[in-house]
Amino acid sequence: MSGEVVGVWIGAILTLGIFSFLYKDNPFYKFSEALFVGVSAGYWFVVIFWQYFLPKLVDNLALAYTELVTNGRIDYHWIYLIGGFLGVLMLLRLFPKVGWLSRWSLAFVVGTTAGLQFTRYLQSNGIIQVKGTILPLFVGGNLHTTVGNIVIVVGTFCGLIYFFFSKEHKGAFGGAARVGIWFLMITFGALFGYTVMSRMSLLIGRMYFLFSNWLGLI
Amino acid sequence: MNQENNQEEKSFWEKLLSIDRRIIFLFIAVAIAVPLFFKVSMHIPVTPIVRGVYDAIEELPAGSKVLVSFDYDPGSMPELQPMAEAFFRHCFRKDLKVIIMGLWPQGPLQANMALEEVFKDEDIKAKNLQYGIDYVNLGFTAGNEVVIDRMGHSFEESYPKDGQGTPLSELPLMKGVKNYDNVDLIYSLSAGYPGTQEWVQYAVDVFHVKLAAGNTAVQAPSMYPYVQTGQLAGVLGGMKGGAEYETVLGIPGIAVRYMFSQAVAHAVICLFIIIGNLAFFSLRKRKRS
Repeated sequence: MSGEVVGVWIGAILTLGIFSFLYKDNPFYKFSEALFVGVSAGYWFVVIFWQYFLPKLVDNLALAYTELVTNGRIDYHWIYLIGGFLGVLMLLRLFPKVGWLSRWSLAFVVGTTAGLQFTRYLQSNGIIQVKGTILPLFVGGNLHTTVGNIVIVVGTFCGLIYFFFSKEHKGAFGGAARVGIWFLMITFGALFGYTVMSRMSLLIGRMYFLFSNWLGLI
Repeated sequence: MNQENNQEEKSFWEKLLSIDRRIIFLFIAVAIAVPLFFKVSMHIPVTPIVRGVYDAIEELPAGSKVLVSFDYDPGSMPELQPMAEAFFRHCFRKDLKVIIMGLWPQGPLQANMALEEVFKDEDIKAKNLQYGIDYVNLGFTAGNEVVIDRMGHSFEESYPKDGQGTPLSELPLMKGVKNYDNVDLIYSLSAGYPGTQEWVQYAVDVFHVKLAAGNTAVQAPSMYPYVQTGQLAGVLGGMKGGAEYETVLGIPGIAVRYMFSQAVAHAVICLFIIIGNLAFFSLRKRKRS
């Protein structure tokens, strides 16, 4: 029996184990779930060690050390020590007395991410998107674009009005807010529909695996 | 007699509302499994948003360089793997040069699986594609969006070596490829973070590269606004997007085959939604009266 066949059998049995939860909770499901969690944790530990820790920290510090020993020069690779130090601080969460030190690492991560993302989000998801809604409401000879543009402009405007709570939602303002909520509901419905489609796709993939790769019926 | 009928009808709606969820699971399972055994050719209309991806590749002359980022793992295979295979087929048919990379550790392995499948095609096999000349796999590197940002200055900064450990300078395909200025199109296959959104934010809006994408259905609606603003050339959304792409390419593959199951499952779900609503409103009406 080849390794591939063994792999397919294990995959099929574990798939059925997870599916068995749909009937009711049972030891077969619990075993499959625990195995999945354990294997995932082990896999990620190996990935983090070989893909992150070793090449990004150890290799770079080794380069810095070699440069210092051979040429007596302190090169920029020593900067990775800061990352390593912050990483060690993060692990201090395991020791309640000094656990507070891990907040420094978290503060660094949150601050850096916020700084990095702020301009990018503002540009890509803010300014350009706002620009994308400033559209002509009538495009001569193109009914499709005209209707599309009106929907985008009205939907954006009314959607924003719905979230404006400094004025009571009454009269024309309230009407626009109600239109806004319709747009929001249609959007949420579409998003939910896509999520269902995605989950169905995954189920189709698993079913195909069982009937084709495992049982060879398809 | 009328009252008796009413009583029976009421209990019928009530029964429907309290139906065991496992019966619904069974219906869905059957709705998905049974159509897999039939090869039904469905009419799959190609939407402009998918055609955008197709056109972006069609516009490229032979020899153009395409960077493909595999940002997903086996969990999203049913949706994204057919897109990857169709994309490779399209590129190799047009004699494009493909540079593969991954922001997810399992991404480059998914690429290898897709390549293995595509190389089984006789017409592609006949091209005798060579690693390092026609395609390369740079592998995975840690750093998420920072990798995208650094590649805008230099690919070598993020990927000094390819996935097999060969320095980039020794790969003929990578000669003359310094940064995004030297690639003609980027294609992001993504299932979440980091993925298409980061490619838009850090590559398109900073370095003004052309980007097309293939996303899971969950992620696709968040990407559509980028198409409207021109930040994305097009998006393949979920399995349906993959099926449309296979259709426009003229090579119906696994995504097209899955579509019949998808359609039947959706029909069953819609049916249950209608029945559930009918039962709910019918009972509410009775309670009010």
